[in-house]
Amino acid sequence: MDSRPRSFYLLTAFFALFLIFLYGPTLTIAILSFQGPGGGLTFPMRGVSLHWFRDLFQEQAVGDIWGAFRRSFVLGVMVMMTTVVVSLMGGLAFRKRFAGSTALFYLIITALVIPSILVSLGVGLIWSQSGLPVHWATSGFGAQLTWALPFGLLIMFAVFNRFDSVYEEAARDLGASSWQVIRHVVLPIIAPSLIGVALFGFTLSYDEFARTLLTSGSYNTLPLEIFGMTTNVTTPVLFALGTLTTVFSLLIILVFLLSAWILSRRRARRGSDAGRGDL
Amino acid sequence: MISRHVQGWLMAAPLTLVLAVFLLAPIVMIVVVSFWGATEWSIYPAFLWDNYDFLLTSKVTYQVFFNTFKYAAITWACTLLIGFTVAYYLAFHIRSTTWQIALFLLCTIPFLTSNIIRMISWIPFLGRNGLANSTLLSWGVIDAPLEWLLFSDFSVILAFVHLYTLFMVVPIFNTMMRIDPALIEAATDAGASGWQTLRHVVIPLTKPGIMIGTIFVLALVMGDFITVRFMSGSQSANVGRMIQNDIGLLQYPSASATAVILLITVLLLIGTLLRFVDIRKEL
Repeated sequence: MDSRPRSFYLLTAFFALFLIFLYGPTLTIAILSFQGPGGGLTFPMRGVSLHWFRDLFQEQAVGDIWGAFRRSFVLGVMVMMTTVVVSLMGGLAFRKRFAGSTALFYLIITALVIPSILVSLGVGLIWSQSGLPVHWATSGFGAQLTWALPFGLLIMFAVFNRFDSVYEEAARDLGASSWQVIRHVVLPIIAPSLIGVALFGFTLSYDEFARTLLTSGSYNTLPLEIFGMTTNVTTPVLFALGTLTTVFSLLIILVFLLSAWILSRRRARRGSDAGRGDL
Repeated sequence: MISRHVQGWLMAAPLTLVLAVFLLAPIVMIVVVSFWGATEWSIYPAFLWDNYDFLLTSKVTYQVFFNTFKYAAITWACTLLIGFTVAYYLAFHIRSTTWQIALFLLCTIPFLTSNIIRMISWIPFLGRNGLANSTLLSWGVIDAPLEWLLFSDFSVILAFVHLYTLFMVVPIFNTMMRIDPALIEAATDAGASGWQTLRHVVIPLTKPGIMIGTIFVLALVMGDFITVRFMSGSQSANVGRMIQNDIGLLQYPSASATAVILLITVLLLIGTLLRFVDIRKEL
């Protein structure tokens, strides 16, 4: 291995600073959430305690955060499952050009770039003018899909752009029906990427704020609840909540990454190199 | 045998349905409502140009749009610089794939956590008695705490860069990984310095990624309202905030008119950028 140029060390330092910039603030509030009971929102630490975490379990200190958490979790799972199925179908559809596919593609791009408050406002207006009750599981769910789906589709497009169709041809030559090709060839190969789509679906929903603002009705999701707290809670309990949900997000990410890793190992183990010709 | 067109639409039907109900219909609704009238407590169907009249003749509108562009331009420049450098480091200086994936994931993970919490977490850092001020004071760099660190344009842009740099890193990294190493080698063999290779080989070949990153960052910043609301402590405004204010006052028609103008602005901007890149090919 040849020696590293000087630019390598400069860029490594830059990258390290970037990571500090990314994670530093979050670590700060993680530390501050262990403030002693008399401590405030900034340093210095006045003792170390679990006081503010205990407060999270008392309704009068924080309101209905556990209900909000439950709703956000259920909504996240709903958006995740829908995103996986719909993106997979959409990704498969876009492998062949069909009349109007370009228009549909630009509609997906529009969903990505449209200011989030427009989705919130528009969906809210439709629901209120037609007399339907806005609810996180109906209008909120749909509004969140306009953000999670395009990301799922972008991942599927990227996956199918790199997909080698010789596997499918081989399966068809062996007499597989188109359903069998998808079930036994395509799905196992793209399984790790579907885990990625699921991860995006869940986290984008779980953290969504703007699109749920006018579409969730009288029961708040967790981000809405946390934002409400920023205006009237001035104790480190806010940081304790922030730390807890961030830890929860990190656990979710870890679970998904691990399953994607296990699936791709399985795929590598079961795949054969027969017919590749390069010995 | 059903034709591939029918088959395509059948597969894309759920997607089309969701986008029709929750994207197209809301846009149509906003356009319609932007012509409606409003009293203090209700809105009524009508066909009035009043909302646009008021909007387009008010000096405030232009100031707020200018402010929105200012945030977008500064954030774009910062995220591009940081994002390009980080992507370049990961793509060309990290040699083992395992490390590349690990470091890339390390950059991606914060994006999957809550934006609201990431904004809140700047408070103990930037506040009057925050870490930044107390460090600078103890070093003797300043004599009194800096007031402009939190709840200012500075903190708004800092938060934007913090939240959205990743949207530059990912597409730029993706394009860089597709550059044939032979091209870099050829440049070196032909006597190009590292800087010249960067300037004449890497940057031109990375343009599609830069374009996609630009589209993401501009769209996110121009459509934002919550970052500006929170990080400026309600002291600065952008178009999103203007819409949110009207919504708070139940002035939906006027909010809709502003939203229509914002949407047209964003779509024109993104449409122009899309002429320079074929997104489907670049994924």
